[in-house]
Amino acid sequence: MKSNEPSFAGGEGPILQVEGLVLERGEKRVLDDLTLEFWPGQVHAVVGPNGAGKTTLAATIMGLSDYTAFQGDIRFDGESLRNLSIDQRAGRGITLAWQEPARFEGLTVRSFVGAGARDRSEARLRDALQRVGLDPEEYLGRAVDRTLSGGERKRIELASILAMEPRLVLMDEPDSGIDVEALNRIFDAIRHLKDRGVTVLLITHSLAVLRQADHAFLLCAGKLWKKGSIEKIETFFGDSCVPCGHRNEPDRSERDADLK
Amino acid sequence: MGKQDLIEALYGSLGESCVTDPEVAHVEIHGNEVLGLHLVSGLEVEADSRPEGIEVEIRVRAGARIEKPVRICFGLMPESGMQRISMRTRVAEEARVAILASCTFPNALDVLHEMEADIEIGTGAEYLYLERHVHGPEGGVRVIPKATVNLGEGARFRTDFELLRGRAGDIDIDYGATCGAHSVLELAARISARGDDRIRIHEKAELAGEAARGVLTTNIAVREQATAEIKNTMIASAAYARGHVDCKEIIRDQAVAHAIPIVEVRHPQAHVTHEAAIGSVDSKQLETLMSRGLDEDQATDLIIEGLLSPAYRSQG
Repeated sequence: MKSNEPSFAGGEGPILQVEGLVLERGEKRVLDDLTLEFWPGQVHAVVGPNGAGKTTLAATIMGLSDYTAFQGDIRFDGESLRNLSIDQRAGRGITLAWQEPARFEGLTVRSFVGAGARDRSEARLRDALQRVGLDPEEYLGRAVDRTLSGGERKRIELASILAMEPRLVLMDEPDSGIDVEALNRIFDAIRHLKDRGVTVLLITHSLAVLRQADHAFLLCAGKLWKKGSIEKIETFFGDSCVPCGHRNEPDRSERDADLK
Repeated sequence: MGKQDLIEALYGSLGESCVTDPEVAHVEIHGNEVLGLHLVSGLEVEADSRPEGIEVEIRVRAGARIEKPVRICFGLMPESGMQRISMRTRVAEEARVAILASCTFPNALDVLHEMEADIEIGTGAEYLYLERHVHGPEGGVRVIPKATVNLGEGARFRTDFELLRGRAGDIDIDYGATCGAHSVLELAARISARGDDRIRIHEKAELAGEAARGVLTTNIAVREQATAEIKNTMIASAAYARGHVDCKEIIRDQAVAHAIPIVEVRHPQAHVTHEAAIGSVDSKQLETLMSRGLDEDQATDLIIEGLLSPAYRSQG
C-alpha cells in the first residue's frame, strides 16, 4: 500500500530542497519561485502540462549547461548545489535519465553501462541489464547507436543508472517513446530503486507514470500549483489540466491555499 | 639480432606471439627485408628485397577461398630508418581473402614507412584489408600509404586503417578507387592525434559501374596542436550508383581540423550523400556521462573511444 503523504521515518529531513527557484529565459520566467521538498527513499512525481517547467526543473537540479543561471537555491543533503558541476552532483549521488537518451556511436553497451558503475564486474553489468528486461548476451556487445530503438536506449540508460547506484534519480518522461512491455520494465526498475532506498523524481504528464509515485507536485506556468497524494493530483490533473488544453494559464482560485 | 628474434620483437610490440597455426598464411617484413613467409593453398606471394625497398606481389587464385585471415607484419624496430613497399595485389574472379596487416614502429624517432599499392579485384571477388598501426610515444614516424584500387563487377573491397597505440606522427593517406557494376567499396580510417601530429587523408572513389556502392568513413580525434585535413571525393557516374561520405572530427585544445567532402553525380539515377561534422564532443553525450560521475576529460575520452572504435557505424 502506497503512502500518500511524505514520510519522515527515522526523523530524516528532506534529501532535496528547492528553495525559491527562479529561472528565466529572456522575459519569461520558466521556473517561478518554486519551493519543493523531496524525501529520502520516496518516489515523487512532478506533473503538469507541456511548458509547465518540469524538464527545466530536472535539468536545473542536475546542473546541465544551460540551466545554471538561477535564483534561489537547490540543496542536497543540506549542501547547496549552486557551484557544483554535473559530475560533482553525480558524485553526491544525483543522476538524470533523459527523455530522449543520447546515442553513442561506436560505444558498446558494456562500456556505457560500466562507465559510471560503482561495481564494474561482469555480474553487476549483467544484473543491471536483466533488471530492465534486456538479455546481456544480446546487448552487452552492441553499440549504443542508431541500431537500437528509442525504447532500448531508454532501458540501457536506466541500466547504467542502476549500475551507478545513485541516491537520487531524476527521470524525465520515462514513458516517452516506448511500448507497454518496456514501460512495465521501467516501472519494475523504479520499484527496485525504491526498495533500495533510492529517491526517485518522475517528470511526467502521464497518469500511468504518476501512479508509480508516493507523492506528487503539480506545476503550471513555472509555479507549484498543487502538492499531495497521487489521488488528489490525478483528479485535478484529469479534471482541470487536460480540459484546459495545457495552455499554462492557471485559474488562481484552484491553487492550493498554502501555496497562494 | 637474428631473423627469428626480429620476428618475435615485431609481434611482441603488438602484444602478440608469432603465428604458429599452419593454416594461417603470414609474411613478416622488417625494414626492407623479408624475414618470414608462409603460404596456404590458393595464395601466392612473391617478395623481392632491394636496398631501395621491397616489391611484393600477392595473388589469390580464381575461386580460392582463403579461410583464415592472412597476417602481414610490417615494421621497423630501430629508432630511425626507412621502409618502402611496393605491393601489387591481384584477387582473381570469385576468390575471397582477408588480410590483417600490422604496421609497427614502436621506437620510432625518425622513421619513414611508405606503401604504394596497386590492387585489382576480379569479378565477384572479395578482399578485406585491415591495417592496424602501432607507433612509438614520440610521434617520430611518417606513414605514407598510397593505393589504387580497381573493383570488377560484383567485387567487394573493404579497408580499415586504425592507429591502435602511440602517437600518429605524420600520416598521409592517398587512396583512389574505381568501382565496376554492382561492386561494393568501403574505405574507413580511425585515428587519434595529439602534440604536433599531422593527419592528411585524401580518398577518391568513382562509382563507375551500374549499381556500384561506396562508403568513405573517416573518424578523427585531434587534440593539443595536432592538425587533420580530410578530403573525401565520391563520384557517381552510373545509373543506380549509391555513395556516402561520412567524416567526423572531434577537436580539443588548439587542434585544427579541415574536412572537404566532394560529391559529384554524373548520372540522374545515381545518388550520393555526405555528412561532415567537426567540433567538440556532443554536449548531450558529454552531460549524460558526466551525470554518471565521469569528469569532463573522462567523458570526452570515452566518447572519442566510441568514435574510433571498430563498432562505429557510418550513417550511410
